[in-house]
Amino acid sequence: MSHAPEAYPRLVRPVKGRVIAGVAQGAAAQLRLDPVVLRLAFVLLTVIDGLGFVAYAALWMFTPKEQVKGRGPARDWGQFAAYGVLWLVLAGFGWVTGASSGGFGSWPIAVGGIGALILWQQADPGRRQRWMTGAVKQVRTTWVRTIIGALLVAVGAVGFLAASGELAKARTGLVFTAVVVGGILMIAAPYLASLVKELQRERTERIRQEERAEVAAHVHDSVLHTLTLIQRNAHDPREVTRLARSQERELRNWLYQPKQDADATLAAAVRRIAAEEEDAHGVPIEVVCVGDCELTEGLSALLHAARQAMVNAAKYSESPVISVYAEVEADEVTVFVRDRGKGFVLDDIPEDRMGIRQSIIGRMERHGGSARVRTEPGDGTEVMLTMKRDT
Amino acid sequence: MKTVRVLIVDDHRLFRSGVRAELGESIQVIGEAEDVESAVQAIAELQPDVVLLDVHMPGGGGQEVLKRVLGSGSQVRFLALSVSDAAEDVIGVIRGGARGYVTKTISGAELTDAIIRVSDGDAVFSPRLAGFVLDAFASTEAPPIDPELDSLTQREREVLRLIARGYAYKEIAKELFISVKTVETHVSSVLRKLQLSNRHELSRWATARRLV
Repeated sequence: MSHAPEAYPRLVRPVKGRVIAGVAQGAAAQLRLDPVVLRLAFVLLTVIDGLGFVAYAALWMFTPKEQVKGRGPARDWGQFAAYGVLWLVLAGFGWVTGASSGGFGSWPIAVGGIGALILWQQADPGRRQRWMTGAVKQVRTTWVRTIIGALLVAVGAVGFLAASGELAKARTGLVFTAVVVGGILMIAAPYLASLVKELQRERTERIRQEERAEVAAHVHDSVLHTLTLIQRNAHDPREVTRLARSQERELRNWLYQPKQDADATLAAAVRRIAAEEEDAHGVPIEVVCVGDCELTEGLSALLHAARQAMVNAAKYSESPVISVYAEVEADEVTVFVRDRGKGFVLDDIPEDRMGIRQSIIGRMERHGGSARVRTEPGDGTEVMLTMKRDT
Repeated sequence: MKTVRVLIVDDHRLFRSGVRAELGESIQVIGEAEDVESAVQAIAELQPDVVLLDVHMPGGGGQEVLKRVLGSGSQVRFLALSVSDAAEDVIGVIRGGARGYVTKTISGAELTDAIIRVSDGDAVFSPRLAGFVLDAFASTEAPPIDPELDSLTQREREVLRLIARGYAYKEIAKELFISVKTVETHVSSVLRKLQLSNRHELSRWATARRLV
């Protein structure tokens, strides 16, 4: 790896992104390498007989600074601290092992350094950048921890070597190994944590995208579809109202209503029936439910009767709106279906009319409930259905 | 008959002009506002009799307007108007100090009635709001903390039940053989309980609804 400047293009020391003087960055740009590689190389060479220091100083002197208008951006002190710490550790290790004076002892450092460079080069640039920014940020915020960790590593290494001379005291050696591992873990923890955080961030992002896709699919399947239908039926106000109304209800359910199984509870079933009859007859049905309970056979009969009452109101009353009120009490369930339409005289209904007599009153009585119809011509109709809860 | 001066607060321009066109002759719209800031300012300047307040708006929504205006000691009356029938919205603005809650599907004539009623200091409950209140105050085994505030009287329950069944105040009065004024008194009393009660069920109930 040569650091000699080539003739083309001229080597300069960039100001932006420099750690010390921009030497490594400039040389890296020249060699089309990641500046991190050269910075690590400099740090490594400095440890071995101070070679890197001399090389850096020489390049600093001979390389012109990049021309920048005004004041250049500030140095990245976080990175500076990171390299400083790295250097301290290596120097400490080198001093202890005697590796810094060359010879056999310097081989592990060289091998380790090359391995690190290979790993660094293999990681894809985006991820490397994230690691780097994450690590630098971590170093900046948790420098105390980093320094303590580095010190522990140094102490551990020294201690281990001191102990290895006396095999009888292997236990001490193990203790020191534990200290070393602890130190390494402490250094590595922020990096690992940032990796985990990164993974979590990606996961939440994916979930959010899935939700967005679901909303988009829903809007497309229902709302856009209905809007198209409304445009096609613009000439028919009744149909337009019906479409808008049913879409509104559907969207409202999707947004506000708890996800209920429509056939499991009374309130859900009342809402479903009202929605179906509203669609079928084009008259708005306002539903208010108080309380809720599981459906039973008796309550199913009550629901059939309520549906019949809604159908009657929608078909015959000419009321602009129908109110349905269902209340679940401790011992009984009551449903009111009310319209403000033209009403009728109950006694005038012929015997063979199935709607009121059979489908409503008869059905309720057969199942042990009761039905009461209140109506007067011009004053609307209200059907009250009561059923005991079999508990 | 005196005219009621109304300020419309809603972030949809189309809706504001729609309401303006629908309101009866006894209502005079004196201004419009489209967000929390402009609403607070307009209320301070114009001093309307009634504010028609949208629940969902940029900058904190209707509840923020209520907090800032009523918090400053103003006596302006609010009628909440919203497309949402979500329980936490309804209970939220009522407990925030609105004197009534109606949904935007309400007809022009009914809205006019509701505004006049609120301007007279009475409360306006939609059938759905009445249903929510009955649900929230439903009898539980736990004794109420404050019996005066934490439970409804039999009569109040009857009135709410009729509102939930779709009865107008006049029809309720006829049904129960009482005067419309008495109906209004009962509803106002329920409103007061709803606003002042610190009954656990009220908040817990609204929370549970949202979470299910």
